[in-house]
Amino acid sequence: MVRDTKIIFEQSVPGRIGYSLPNPCYGEGCQIDIPASLKRQSSLNLPEVSELDAIRHFTNLSFKNHGVETGFYPRGSCTMKYNPKINEEIASIPTFNQLHPLQNSASIQGVLKIYDELAKILSELSGLHQYSLNPFAGSHGELVGLMIMKAYHESRSDFKRRKVLVPDSAHGTNPASVAVCGMEVIEIKSTDKGTVDVEDLKAHLSDEIAGMMLTNPNTLGIFESDICQIQKLVHDAGGLLYYDGANLNALLGMARPGDMGFDIMHINLHKTFSTPHGGGGPGSGPVGVVEKLVPFLPNPQVKKQDGYYYIEQNKDAIGQISGFFGNFKVWLRAYVYILTLGKEAIKHIGPLATLNANYIKEKLKDVYELPIEGFCMHECVFDGLKDQSTGVKTLDVAKRLLDFGFHAPTVYFPLLFHQSIMIEPTEVESKQTLDEFVQVMRQVAWEAKEQPELVKNAPHTTPISRIDEVYAAKKMILTYKDYVLEQSKS
Amino acid sequence: MHKYFPHTEHDLREMLQFLGLNDIKDLFQDVPSHVKFPGDYNIPLQMNEIELRAHFAKLASLNQTYTIFSGLGAYDHYEPSVIPFITSRQEFLTSYTPYQPEVAQGTLQYIFEYQSMICELTGMDVSNASMYDGPTSAAEAMFMAEAITKRPKMLVSSAIFPHIKEVLKTYAHYRGLEIDWIPATNGHTDLTEIQTLLTKEHAMVFVQKTNLFGVIEDYTNLADLVHANGSLLVIYADIATLALIKTPGEDQADIAVGDCQTLGIPIGFGGPYLGYMAVKKTHVRKMPGRICGLSYDKNGKRSFVLTLQAREQHIRREKANSNICSNQSLMALYITVYLTLLGPSGLKRVNELSYQGAHYLYQELLKTKKFEVAFDQPFLKEFTIKSLIPAPLMQSALQQAGFFGAYPLAEIDPELENLYNFAVTEKRTKAEIDALVHVLGGLSW
Repeated sequence: MVRDTKIIFEQSVPGRIGYSLPNPCYGEGCQIDIPASLKRQSSLNLPEVSELDAIRHFTNLSFKNHGVETGFYPRGSCTMKYNPKINEEIASIPTFNQLHPLQNSASIQGVLKIYDELAKILSELSGLHQYSLNPFAGSHGELVGLMIMKAYHESRSDFKRRKVLVPDSAHGTNPASVAVCGMEVIEIKSTDKGTVDVEDLKAHLSDEIAGMMLTNPNTLGIFESDICQIQKLVHDAGGLLYYDGANLNALLGMARPGDMGFDIMHINLHKTFSTPHGGGGPGSGPVGVVEKLVPFLPNPQVKKQDGYYYIEQNKDAIGQISGFFGNFKVWLRAYVYILTLGKEAIKHIGPLATLNANYIKEKLKDVYELPIEGFCMHECVFDGLKDQSTGVKTLDVAKRLLDFGFHAPTVYFPLLFHQSIMIEPTEVESKQTLDEFVQVMRQVAWEAKEQPELVKNAPHTTPISRIDEVYAAKKMILTYKDYVLEQSKS
Repeated sequence: MHKYFPHTEHDLREMLQFLGLNDIKDLFQDVPSHVKFPGDYNIPLQMNEIELRAHFAKLASLNQTYTIFSGLGAYDHYEPSVIPFITSRQEFLTSYTPYQPEVAQGTLQYIFEYQSMICELTGMDVSNASMYDGPTSAAEAMFMAEAITKRPKMLVSSAIFPHIKEVLKTYAHYRGLEIDWIPATNGHTDLTEIQTLLTKEHAMVFVQKTNLFGVIEDYTNLADLVHANGSLLVIYADIATLALIKTPGEDQADIAVGDCQTLGIPIGFGGPYLGYMAVKKTHVRKMPGRICGLSYDKNGKRSFVLTLQAREQHIRREKANSNICSNQSLMALYITVYLTLLGPSGLKRVNELSYQGAHYLYQELLKTKKFEVAFDQPFLKEFTIKSLIPAPLMQSALQQAGFFGAYPLAEIDPELENLYNFAVTEKRTKAEIDALVHVLGGLSW
């Protein structure tokens, strides 16, 4: 049973406390003496609850969430794989929690060694020369990569390169990162096979091109098999090729972006390397580059000489893009994961993830519209139900899945189709789980024909039913204070 | 095969047979053969759990932990025991961004509570669901000021932490923005200079309190000056201190940013922390990042949902306010639990203890005669003090005694010679402070 949970402010009783702190002990001369003009004027309305009140509140909230350990989480593009417990155990080692980021290098040799070794492993797995672990997330990595791209051209006094090519199938972060970096997005069309339209690419090449961003396999789960031609075209035009690592899981054990001619890339450690998504973050987005771009990697940089690790501020670097060394305890978890799998097992990730996705695709393509035939990589994309005569849409299918204990796939992305359903099972799911999912997907397709209202009104068994999103946007009740004000009006 | 892969030989055979394939590698027909990776990666062999524990115990032992007496953006605050138990619940830890609100009310409600608490502390109207860290939230505030005012220059205090300064410089450079610097005098931003420096090209005035020197700056009348020029006032504030000192809202700021690490997040070699951003309601549509709003479901049940998403990259692509996607959501849960446990009285106590400890240390250092007043300015938990003890001597003596402190500001700016940073939190005891003073007071050279 899921309890109805009040907002924490509604549980507040003046005088209750949930902390344990020392009493002041410094004597007379240390009493707080701040000029009135610098003091806070308003009262501070934070909740006042006991420790158990607090625990019950958040525990009850957690019951309203679906996590990877609750059940299958086939969100395409998100790589919702298992987040191993040993990662959590290692990340909670007290020593790691107690290090100040400004300590001198001699006193942090252990964490600098982890930084350096993980960076080297990521280089080997991706075929690029060197990595910075400082970027906080995938889109932060994109921005940093684009800064490196810009810095490279500027270092050659080539200031007119301001355009970045981005396929129309790209993740939204790609064009957004280009704009944030002060450059111009040129959208490249996809063919009806879902891959980059090479002719359209050719038409947009010029000496104003800074580079191209590409996800491979792309967001349709299809490998860009013209990659060799694409890389040659972009390079011949003087541009650099950026690899969006969001879909790297498919390639582990099969191919390396560096070998395909990519110059810069980021890796989402929270996807491919098992660190938890945390309800939206923290992630980690290390950026790797080919040798000629190494000087531009962000500061601070971790270096090694004669077995001693030290921190360097490089004058050619793009600068600093994070307060310190990024999300340390996230990249620490990724390092644990890699060592848990090691050389022997890591190469099976791509093939197993790909096998799972193809299995689902083939099992469902007679009832869901498969817009592009052929083998997919780690994820497959359907364009809604094959039979849409009863008006059941992709959103309805997604909501109905929740009733069966599955999380919904990614829906309405990629934008190339109107009813996209993007399914990424990852390598951690068993044949039994896939079979159960397939069976439920088929049942929903049947319901859509026979009992369409059941699907259109789904979900029926979740803590809440469908939400009025228009009300949320119109009323803009974004804090408890807003809510109290709104209540007083009605 | 491996505990993370459930596929048995039998499963593999059945699945491949269903797909009409003999070998799993046949799935990769679209990958040109010359880019296929042929063999084994040159990476370490796998370790079992027993080996992993030993390996990381050894790696941990290669680091030295200290009793921490410096800050500069990372502080050793009290971490209530409850929080890790909540944040490690798989329902919070392993879930994705709450795009399916029916099965993500747990995440959405704590984001709503987080936003409410950030607004309470900062005195602002609207908070987003989190940014990466303090410095990147400052950079996002700069872009937001540019978008609102359509002006290309920024006027930024020199008395801000170096990591904020560096991140602002990087982001500004690649965006094509220019930063002018307000000089610092006697340990604080020289606010009288703003009148001369501020032009119609400036999108924002950016100040920090408490500042690089630990000083609580006084922003009386600053907002009027900035707003009269059509610019925005952005205040970077240590959020924990706002229980005690004037809030950005009370200072009439347009945007408040900073780091929430000071709300009990482990110092953890710099991350993960959490950057906050809170703004006046008029600016909400220009704010980056996710926002959660309250609404009702079909049955009239109060519920929560991500809202105003037309600002974000997954909808607006290159026209989005920012490229941010992943944020630091789990850390937002961390500080929501923290603020729930501490409440107004706990946060007040944290500030009292830190204030008293810092002022006790300050006075005791002066008593040794080896330290002198650098600036006679009000401070809270962090301060700058002058000393003629040679920096290397001071550093090695402190390290030997197990302290991280007296961070030399000359490392940041050579002009800040002989100035040292100290920070004291509620975790430091009087005995630890006395021991630190004993070490420094006994030095001779």
